[in-house]
Amino acid sequence: MTPHTDVRHADGTEASTSEVLLVEPSALSPARRITTTVLRSRELSIFLVLIAVTVVATLKNDSFLFSSDGWRNFLVNPSLLLLLAVGQAVVIITRNVDLSVGSIMALTAYLTGRLFIDQPGLPVVAVFALCILAGGVLGLVNGLLVAYFNVPALVITLGTLYIYRGIVLSWAGSDRINAGDLPSGFLALGNKAILTIPVLTIIALAVLAVVGYYLYTARGGREFYAIGSDPDAAVLYGLDVRRRVLAAFVLSGALAGLVGVLYTARYGTVSSGVGSGIELQAVAAVVIGGVAIFGGSGTVWGAAIGAFLLVTINRALPSLGIEDFWQRAVVGALILGAIVLDRVLANRQATKLAEAREMTA
Amino acid sequence: MTTPRTYSEFSRPLWMRLLLTRETAVIALTAAVVVYSLATVPNFDGPLTLKFLLQDIAPILLIALPMTLIIITGEIDLSVASIVGLSSVMLGVLHDNGLSVPVAALIALLVGAACGALNGFLVAYVGLPSLAVTIGTLALFRGIAVGLLGTKAVTEFTESWTDLATATLGSTNIPVVMVPFVVLALGFSLLLHFSTFGRGIYDIGLNDEAAHFTGVDVARTKWILFVLSGVVSAFAGIYYTLRFGSARGDNATGMELQVIAAVLLGGVSIFGGRGRLHGVIAGVVLIGVIASALRLERVTVNVTNIIIGLLLIASVISTPLLSWVATRLPRKAPPSEEPTPPKQATPAGV
Repeated sequence: MTPHTDVRHADGTEASTSEVLLVEPSALSPARRITTTVLRSRELSIFLVLIAVTVVATLKNDSFLFSSDGWRNFLVNPSLLLLLAVGQAVVIITRNVDLSVGSIMALTAYLTGRLFIDQPGLPVVAVFALCILAGGVLGLVNGLLVAYFNVPALVITLGTLYIYRGIVLSWAGSDRINAGDLPSGFLALGNKAILTIPVLTIIALAVLAVVGYYLYTARGGREFYAIGSDPDAAVLYGLDVRRRVLAAFVLSGALAGLVGVLYTARYGTVSSGVGSGIELQAVAAVVIGGVAIFGGSGTVWGAAIGAFLLVTINRALPSLGIEDFWQRAVVGALILGAIVLDRVLANRQATKLAEAREMTA
Repeated sequence: MTTPRTYSEFSRPLWMRLLLTRETAVIALTAAVVVYSLATVPNFDGPLTLKFLLQDIAPILLIALPMTLIIITGEIDLSVASIVGLSSVMLGVLHDNGLSVPVAALIALLVGAACGALNGFLVAYVGLPSLAVTIGTLALFRGIAVGLLGTKAVTEFTESWTDLATATLGSTNIPVVMVPFVVLALGFSLLLHFSTFGRGIYDIGLNDEAAHFTGVDVARTKWILFVLSGVVSAFAGIYYTLRFGSARGDNATGMELQVIAAVLLGGVSIFGGRGRLHGVIAGVVLIGVIASALRLERVTVNVTNIIIGLLLIASVISTPLLSWVATRLPRKAPPSEEPTPPKQATPAGV
């Protein structure tokens, strides 16, 4: 069951001590490998919790899932947090954190409205592009400060949280963007669905797939993990740490920019308070999804499931007979449960590795 | 992050060393802003400015004390504002059920201690990262507060107690809440700067493994600090509730980031091991003065946000810049006997 600790080659010959590796190429078929990886993955546990919550809520009240509204809310509501969590996960994997995403989201949400009001002829695609660009530039500011001044991301992004929020507050004031200000084609996007799957969800899942595939397979993606698990070693190894950290912040900012547009499309109204406090929810989703807060491990799949679980649990509580005032308490307990679970799993893994080392020694 | 003190740094005259600390920079900046505001902002020298200023910053001042110690150990406590909210709700609910204010307040303090003890247990004894733990308890404690009271508010408190919370000392404009603050500030200063326990706090922040081997009980120290943070936050919650005469589940939402911003502005390193309480107090006052002056100038609160953010970023990127400047300042001529450079403990290759 533990091929990586086996000191034999796949063909059964004894390996000489000089070529013993802690990680042998697996002798299992790809299909079985994938199955065992999935079964052992940290992501599976929260995925099961998500399914359990959904099933119980649906049993209590079948419109939770089996009504057109229920199905749509089930898929759409988590999409925005999911996108933020994907960006946040990449940043956290590099051992940083981005607290400014809520403020960036508010800026681009208001920017979306202003663009439609002030530039009526602008095509929707251009609005998307401009907002993603704006978010990327704001993320770039974070990244430049963190990477080039070598100062902690927590402090820098706490600062830009205030600055970006201050900018949107000054810019918008008490002004609101209302659905009437927005073109109907754009608003329809927020509610449109293809094969009952809302467009917003498709966008979120597409982003998730691309980022996830890149992190899992590409050399550049693996470098994020290398930097997060040991920044000094990454420098010694010759990785361009600055460029990667910069990239992570730009990605997080650009995704927050995208979320701003999607928020406007979905809800139709924007005030300057949009997204305040959502940064901690994004971090929470990432932590629940099994990404280590000090970087180097975890996946965006986990972060995405974490976001889904957070939002779904909030929606499920009333149908489970719990007053929705208690939602945040449940979420808190969930976060604590997730990090304790991570610790237990990590300890078990450490014991296994220690045993493996003793066996090979 | 902490660069070892070089001989040349100590060879500078005392006044220059004192002048080059971040604490001095923050205090000087605060003084400058106060003088400038007194000179230019209408009504800044008015009798009520000081009272409202101190009343506004009192909760942040209070919570910043234990927060400083926690951040110096290299940990963080994001749950403080939620403990403020929870203690506020406890006070309100218990008072609503017939308990007198002091008894209800005492129980609220105990609840705060219990919250801190939970944080401390998970961080210090289970060994979980405090950033993650306290994001969790931020949601948990706030959730319990909102769950207990819903969207209701308790606004009936014994008048003598709400009066006390808004009263000033004698004929001065200094709010009464400054008395417990000064007592606590002195206590925390003694603890941090003049006790073995306090030296242990710095040791832990610099290197907790080394601190362990020098005999510091790392886990116990951290646990105590989180409990203190819980108790002081609960006290701030009681003050907050009585001052506004309103116990609500969402009281002080988001205050944790204000506290942390003030602490970092005051020169405490987020990596731990560095920082002093007088710098932090100056940091809180600086933010309070700027907010108060801008309000009197009828500048909207947004600009205050931007200024706080800029100051925060400037305070961290100034360190690399300042040390660069410091290396270029004139130094006292080196003494004739050059100190021998420290020998490397283990030469390369051994």
